[in-house]
Amino acid sequence: MNEKTLKRVDIIFTPEKNYNEVLERTFRRPNSDILNDILDSGLRGRGGAGFPTGMKWKYTADQESENKYVICNADEGEPGTFKDRQILTQVPYKVFSGMAICAKIVGAKEGYIYLRGEYKYLQAEIEEELNIFHQTLDKLKFHFRIYLRMGSGAYICGEESALFESMEGKRGEPRNKPPYPTVSGFRGQPTVINNVETLVYAMMICDMGPEQFKELGSKDSRGSKVFSVSGDTPIAGIYELELGMHLENFVEDFGDGDTKAVQVGGASGFCVPRKKFSDTIIGFEGVPTGGSMKLFNSSRSMYHVLQNYLEFFEEESCGQCTPCRVGCQQLLKGIEAVKKGKKNSAYLDRLIRLATTMKYASKCGLGQSVGNSFVSIVTNFREEMIY
Amino acid sequence: MSKISIKIDGISIDIEEGQTILEAAKLAGIKIPSLCYHEDLRVAGNCRVCLVELKGARNLVASCAMPANDGMEVSTNTHRVREARKHVIELLLSEHNADCTKCYKNGKCELQNLASEYIVGEHMFLDLVPDKHYSIDRYNPAIVKDDSRCIRCQRCVRTCEQLQSVSALGVAYKGAAMKVSTFYENELFEVVCTNCGQCVNRCPTGALVEKTYIDEVWDALYDPNKHVVVQTAPAVRVALGEELGFGPGQRVTGKMVTALKRIGFDSILDTDFTADLTIMEEGTELLRRLKRAIVDKDPNVSLPMFTSCSPGWIKFIEHTFPEYLDNLSTCKSPQQMFGALVKTYYAQKRNIDPANIVSVSIMPCTAKKFEADRPEMRSSGYKDVDYVLTTRELATMIKQTGIDFLTLADSSYDSIMGKSTGAAVIFGATGGVMEAALRTAYEIVTGREVPFDALNITPVRGIEGMREASIKIENTLPAWGFLEGVELKTAVAHGLANAKLLMENIHAGAKSYHFVEIMACPGGCLGGGGQPIPTNADIRKKRAEAIYDEDMNMPLRKSHENPEISIIYEEFLGEPLGTKSHELLHTHYKERLRY
Ligand SMILES: Cc1cc2nc3c(=O)[nH]c(=O)nc-3n(C[C@H](O)[C@H](O)[C@H](O)COP(=O)(O)O)c2cc1C
Ligand code: SF4
Repeated sequence: MNEKTLKRVDIIFTPEKNYNEVLERTFRRPNSDILNDILDSGLRGRGGAGFPTGMKWKYTADQESENKYVICNADEGEPGTFKDRQILTQVPYKVFSGMAICAKIVGAKEGYIYLRGEYKYLQAEIEEELNIFHQTLDKLKFHFRIYLRMGSGAYICGEESALFESMEGKRGEPRNKPPYPTVSGFRGQPTVINNVETLVYAMMICDMGPEQFKELGSKDSRGSKVFSVSGDTPIAGIYELELGMHLENFVEDFGDGDTKAVQVGGASGFCVPRKKFSDTIIGFEGVPTGGSMKLFNSSRSMYHVLQNYLEFFEEESCGQCTPCRVGCQQLLKGIEAVKKGKKNSAYLDRLIRLATTMKYASKCGLGQSVGNSFVSIVTNFREEMIY
Repeated sequence: MSKISIKIDGISIDIEEGQTILEAAKLAGIKIPSLCYHEDLRVAGNCRVCLVELKGARNLVASCAMPANDGMEVSTNTHRVREARKHVIELLLSEHNADCTKCYKNGKCELQNLASEYIVGEHMFLDLVPDKHYSIDRYNPAIVKDDSRCIRCQRCVRTCEQLQSVSALGVAYKGAAMKVSTFYENELFEVVCTNCGQCVNRCPTGALVEKTYIDEVWDALYDPNKHVVVQTAPAVRVALGEELGFGPGQRVTGKMVTALKRIGFDSILDTDFTADLTIMEEGTELLRRLKRAIVDKDPNVSLPMFTSCSPGWIKFIEHTFPEYLDNLSTCKSPQQMFGALVKTYYAQKRNIDPANIVSVSIMPCTAKKFEADRPEMRSSGYKDVDYVLTTRELATMIKQTGIDFLTLADSSYDSIMGKSTGAAVIFGATGGVMEAALRTAYEIVTGREVPFDALNITPVRGIEGMREASIKIENTLPAWGFLEGVELKTAVAHGLANAKLLMENIHAGAKSYHFVEIMACPGGCLGGGGQPIPTNADIRKKRAEAIYDEDMNMPLRKSHENPEISIIYEEFLGEPLGTKSHELLHTHYKERLRY
């Protein structure tokens, strides 16, 4: 029995008509106070990697440089994730406010929103909202401007360093790390890059104080999070839920009564089979997610699910590093060969070792996370891979 | 720079802060394999062969890209490292056309070497090649690009961009389809590629190689009706040894001549002869341009004058700075002067029908292959140079002949276009043409030797990408009075990235010069695209030292003192820039598209 049930939360989408009041209030506070609040809140990045947001801001603030940047990652490329679009549609000014507060703390004069290419239809709207926001900033005598940059549809450009390359007009290939963005990001300058949702939470923490935020969630995963729920569910959509929930409770609320597996975190996340629902926690101490929760019922072939993910990675890898570029091809062709009986089932074990190598040998998060879905699906649904 | 200490495989070493783990390991005598890493290029970290275990890090790290920090503990030999290394090599092989015996680089391939060290027997993964539809670009006279051999390390792409500012090669597509390609995926001969071959020098596999003409040359040598003449460029003699058992920086001029005789060439002659001739023509051209500018106040005279010996540079200027084509010296390169004379002057003197002469040149260069194919290069009435072989191809022919090069006796060049001076030898190093030209021009104008110790004009030598030097002309001979007091301003650049910067400076009006030497390749011809592999700054430095040694050891060190030069003007050419010279030794180039 799990003591917790699902708790719906309403922080992100509450209309905050008086955001200029929040900004005014926050701008009057010393940077160290605001930063302490963000650190104290335990807020971690909502883009996937979960890096503590306050630390990221602090490292960037500590850098000496004339030019620093705040970048909002709105590339939202992870299959099954569609919440940043909604945030930018419904409460864009909250995103901008988060960026402005970050800019104040780190000392940035320019910010950029890198918007997923497929969201081009939002461009005009966002630019209009930006005009209004800039006027507010002018009234508050805060010198900061936000510019919109369009992606072109490559998943890899959501990876922060590939995103910088793309914004610099180059091919979207991830860079070596170190140096990290806080030291050398966009144009080689100290840069904060945050997910859309992270920035809104940061702003809301400044509004409501860290306590209220901290009350939600668990020790390692404070607060709530916006989930994109899809797949075999009667109520697909966007939901803000408290972190640290048990997957079992989630399936009770969202499943169709026949849920066989949940893919947590999109193609680069983990597949949790029914037998593990009860002891799986959604959060950084358990299975983390950038927001995607995809439910599969017993009519689904997990072989096809995995094949679909691998086709995605085989195409969306930037192609520069060996483990990822060739590894994705081998995993895809490999499960196909096993399915067709051209390789025996023991070949799956060889592929699991390869997927494990990809995890610690790839240059960036893309190649490093292909193994998540691969290993979890192949080990939990081995039969479906073979027959 | 402060010192830091790190531990690799239990061995403590002190290194400079800022060095990478890979560099540190080298100092500790631990070999970490690598593929995408190249000393001349910025780090890519994409092949993932050089992964190591770093204490405290969740994942393995690419040692080429990881700066060492004080106190770091690194292991290069753990289970994870070994498995990852083997996986990476296996993966590369699975995408690679590993039909090694059909590969031009068989035996000289970095991937093949790693495979023989790490792969035992059967391959682990599926062969991906049959589904790849790789293409081969063989339509360029200088370079062959075979995508089926490519491991996508991007050394070529980085070379083309970082060293040469050309960016003819780039990366196209992503994921499984990612490949090294050109603008619109055109063939190399249709794009801005300068044929410099710097990419060939750095390609670890057989994906980018010179187009070889070894078999054609053997056929000519075995044809009893053909008289096969060979010329050897200045930089070949200081690098050929590297392919044949000598260390870098060994001069092997005499052995090379003996080997060429043993291979069966009918006459072994020297491009250095036409290097000296180039100085006579180009020096005179420079002085004429200066006279037109200073005395005649002719507004149409183009200064600075640029050297024109480097065919990579010629193609670069045609594409990138066509508005400066009139600034190029009209002199052909020494190779092409030689070719034009072999089938005219040499043929007459030896009484051989030029139709039966096959003219071969041994060059440190791949662009020379393209140059020999240019329509401008047929002024003898024939193709002036029939086949161009690189230093590497000559080494292959020597090996095919079964010659023990290490113990070979020395021989001298044959006569008629076989004599040369130290001024010609230094054409092989950046700054050399400038130095040779100054030695002669200064003496023509003043009647005195250049005012430098032992004729060594050290300000134009060195390894910096761009260098400037000026010489004040004083106490001229009466005929050159107009140059009295003139400060002759010169500049030198090597590597096209530096050439581009220099051109931009000139274009912006930030700099003005009278005479500018540009060589397409880093270090000049001694670092050419046809030279032995590997190349790096240290090897190029040693080759340069050998070139200057060779110069010091020559009895004659000024082009105008070459006795065969006096003879050719008396007997055949008349005077520098005369009618005959114009017909055979000079040319003009045309604008090409910028992409
Ligand atoms: C392949 C790949 C794609 C990514 N795509 C996104 C994305 O679309 N949106 C996003 O916010 N972060 C994405 N990330 C994570 C970013 O690199 C980065 O960690 C994040 O933007 C940091 O913001 P946060 O700290 O607020 O989470 C991606 C990472 C990888 C490896
Ligand atoms: S892991 Fe994949 S996406 Fe990331 S750098 Fe390597 S090839 Fe590119």
